[in-house]
Amino acid sequence: MSSTPRASDAAAVQMPLIEARDLRVAFQMQRGVFQAIRGVSFSLGQEKLAIVGESGSGKSTVGRAIMRLNPPSAIVTAERLAFKDVDLLSASRKELRRLRGRHISMIMQDPKYSLNPVATVGEQIAEAYRTHHKVSNREARERALTMLEAVQIRSPKRVYDLYPHQVSGGMGQRIMIAMMLISDPEVLIADEPTSALDVTVRLQILAILDDMVKERGLGMIFISHDLNLVRSFCDRVIIMYAGRIVETVAAADLDNVQHPYSRGLLNSLPRLDQKRDRLPVIQRDDSWLEAV
Amino acid sequence: MGRFFKRNKIKRAAQSLASVLVTLLLLVTLTFFLGQVMPVDVVSRLVGPDADQATYQATYERLGLDQPIIVQFGIYISRMLQGDFGTALLTGHQVLDDIVRVFPATIELGTLALLIGAGIGVPLGVLAAVQRNRPADHIIRVVTLLGHSVPIFWIGLMGLLLFYSYLGWVGGGGRVEIYYDGLVETRTGLLLVDSLLAGDTEVFWSAVRHIILPATVLGYASMASLCRLTRSFMIDQLSQEYVTAARVKGVSEWNVIWHHAFRNIRVQLLTVIALTYGSMLEGAVLIETIFAWPGFGQYLTNNLLLGDMNAIMVCVLLVGVIFITLNMLADLLYKIFDPRTVQ
Amino acid sequence: MSAQASEVPAKRKKVAFLDREATSVTEAFLQRLLVGVHTFLSNGLAVAGLSIILLLIAVAAFAPWIATHDPNLQNLSMALKPPSSVNWFGTDEYGRDIFSRIVYGSRVTLYIVTLVTITVGPIGLIVGTVSGYYGGTVDMIVMRITDLFLAFPGLILTLTFVAILGPGLEQAVLAIALTGWPAIARLARAETMTIRSSDYIAAARLQGASSLRIIFGSIIPVCMSSVIVRLTLGMASVILTAAGLGFLGLGAQPPTPEWGAMTSAGREYMLDSWWLVTAPGVAIMVVSLAFNLFGDGLRDVLDPKSK
Repeated sequence: MSSTPRASDAAAVQMPLIEARDLRVAFQMQRGVFQAIRGVSFSLGQEKLAIVGESGSGKSTVGRAIMRLNPPSAIVTAERLAFKDVDLLSASRKELRRLRGRHISMIMQDPKYSLNPVATVGEQIAEAYRTHHKVSNREARERALTMLEAVQIRSPKRVYDLYPHQVSGGMGQRIMIAMMLISDPEVLIADEPTSALDVTVRLQILAILDDMVKERGLGMIFISHDLNLVRSFCDRVIIMYAGRIVETVAAADLDNVQHPYSRGLLNSLPRLDQKRDRLPVIQRDDSWLEAV
Repeated sequence: MGRFFKRNKIKRAAQSLASVLVTLLLLVTLTFFLGQVMPVDVVSRLVGPDADQATYQATYERLGLDQPIIVQFGIYISRMLQGDFGTALLTGHQVLDDIVRVFPATIELGTLALLIGAGIGVPLGVLAAVQRNRPADHIIRVVTLLGHSVPIFWIGLMGLLLFYSYLGWVGGGGRVEIYYDGLVETRTGLLLVDSLLAGDTEVFWSAVRHIILPATVLGYASMASLCRLTRSFMIDQLSQEYVTAARVKGVSEWNVIWHHAFRNIRVQLLTVIALTYGSMLEGAVLIETIFAWPGFGQYLTNNLLLGDMNAIMVCVLLVGVIFITLNMLADLLYKIFDPRTVQ
Repeated sequence: MSAQASEVPAKRKKVAFLDREATSVTEAFLQRLLVGVHTFLSNGLAVAGLSIILLLIAVAAFAPWIATHDPNLQNLSMALKPPSSVNWFGTDEYGRDIFSRIVYGSRVTLYIVTLVTITVGPIGLIVGTVSGYYGGTVDMIVMRITDLFLAFPGLILTLTFVAILGPGLEQAVLAIALTGWPAIARLARAETMTIRSSDYIAAARLQGASSLRIIFGSIIPVCMSSVIVRLTLGMASVILTAAGLGFLGLGAQPPTPEWGAMTSAGREYMLDSWWLVTAPGVAIMVVSLAFNLFGDGLRDVLDPKSK
């Protein structure tokens, strides 16, 4: 896919799955240009990397920029934005299509909107497989059924022929996971995969996701606004504010963050083990916009 | 639970049927009273200007015109229920017979026009949506706006001038060359079908040469509106999350457009097309006049010019019935073909 | 990229008036007006439409000075002459100058459009808002009637009314207006239904405002923009319908220089004298297109959500 000569095997192991250096995304608005992502750099290995931040911080835009799925009005630039040794910015549409689903995949927020309402769920899962593999309809169907089983759906044959409006949110998200992992990608971007779900099914979905990630040795970018979730689920955490990374920490050290914004985020969480009168509101500082 | 749904469904069907019946009754009432206010002396039209007073009076009473208006209305309704819609002054036949005779010509023309309009309009609309705000979209926008702005009778005339008299590519007025007229046995009333059934290719090609221009002109207006609707439906769908999800899977843009987005507007589009079919009658009035097409539109126009109120009212009633039926059909299509209505 | 970034503040400064929070009603109104005008002017096609409409009005107003001939003056020795430096668009079967007839015809077109619009607009608006505001039986009856009207293709219904009223320009206007109001009423009703339950209407009612006052003071102004958009877009179809009626001989009667009737009259001579039907048809098309373009642009400004 790329003409650059392959480095030694040792280096290839070291090579990150995703590497972003000074990633910037701007949107062409009616009046001027809006900078959504303003110089973000990180790399992803075989790990679970969380990106947290409040809404509007640009965390979802980062995910979509990696998939190159921003709307046409978006202007994406970077010093480097790559999957392994493939430059995502200069890749052709065809190359990108080969990457999507097969190498990099994404689980979206709400299965109610991200599943095609007029196609059966089985058809949609099978399509994900058939897009990258030349197989018969029958084999694609078998694969899809196996995958439905893998996400712990009890009667896959029945579910296969259901339409999205006939399944619950939790099952919809399992279907989404099945659909996005059926072609064995190496990188999975999960964009708030549980925030549209009932609290009771969130943990189930996370457990399934966790299993799948471990089993397949995936690199995962977990986009969320839920610090507690991220703390227990991920290895490393990137904290974003207004299109920039303010801090990167190991999930275990999350309580020791330095940046005032990160501290603010943590302090505004309610806790069961400590009595707190009133949750503080984050005190913002314009200097954060320039920092790091 | 299942039974509850069923009963609910029957109730809803009954309600919609009742509402259709009310509309039809209103329609009949309206046409009757419109006939009443017409400043036309029906009797003298029937008996002729030279008839003596006694004949006039006899006809007057035979038509029930001496009765109070409410009784006349009752007679009008009961006659209609018996299938008696009165005689047309123009032809001397029963209006209903006339309509049955001329209608196939209009159906043939309208169907072909719809095929042309939808066949071009829908793909253009999809293209415009995909190419939104790019040059192709702007060009299509101008083409469709022209379709909304051009007088259909004028395009018809210009088409005749260019393709018939200057280029000679198509036939002129009428359904076939005059010397082929009546050669083919009428079975369906659709000349293209009848001539094929009779195995007469000469008549068939003559009929094709004659129908192609009026059908294209008639189809143009529907093409414009179908194109604009398709565009806005598609733009709606293309911004949905499931489209992004399909792209995440690596699905090709062609399949994203046709297998995902378009599949979601199919039913919506089908209902719109059903309604467009009805509006063909409107264009047919003008087109049939220009192309001497012996169909419903021409029949209505001739009656209008003659002022035969009864015949006009029957025509209008029929148009109303067709429209209401198509509306119901469109509703039904939605219920049958949209998987979202599956319980 | 960095060049674009540095451009942003510069652009902000230029439109500072629009970005700052309005401190008075007048200022808010001015801001909205400016944004609207800006949106409209950035739509080249809409501006073209408006220009053509203004041109049409000018031509109609100054017809006697623009026309090169008397539009009704017959001169059989000059009949069916092709376009020339004397008769720019040629002459018709009676030797009348087609250019001058087109110029005077603009008056007929404007007359029809204006008359239809000023009847249909207020009637539809009042019927729709009253029906939507009161609901209940009134609403049901009104909606049944509009249903009935909307169950027909417009032209067929107009033709029926013309059949009853008899052919003629005034009758055509009346027939078109009779067919046109239900669509406006429907629109106004739908808008009223959504406004009716809003808090500021409840507040007005609590302050003791009468129904009439609420309808005219609070509901109609809100419905106004979408009704205006619909009316403007409707003008194009009014022009086409009127021309169609003229063409069928049911609209304006000769010798009125109505464009549709002119097309119809020219039909017989069309094969030898193409200019008889060409010029009036182009005139109808251009004007109708202008109203469509203008209406489209207006919609983007006044009613952006319906786009």
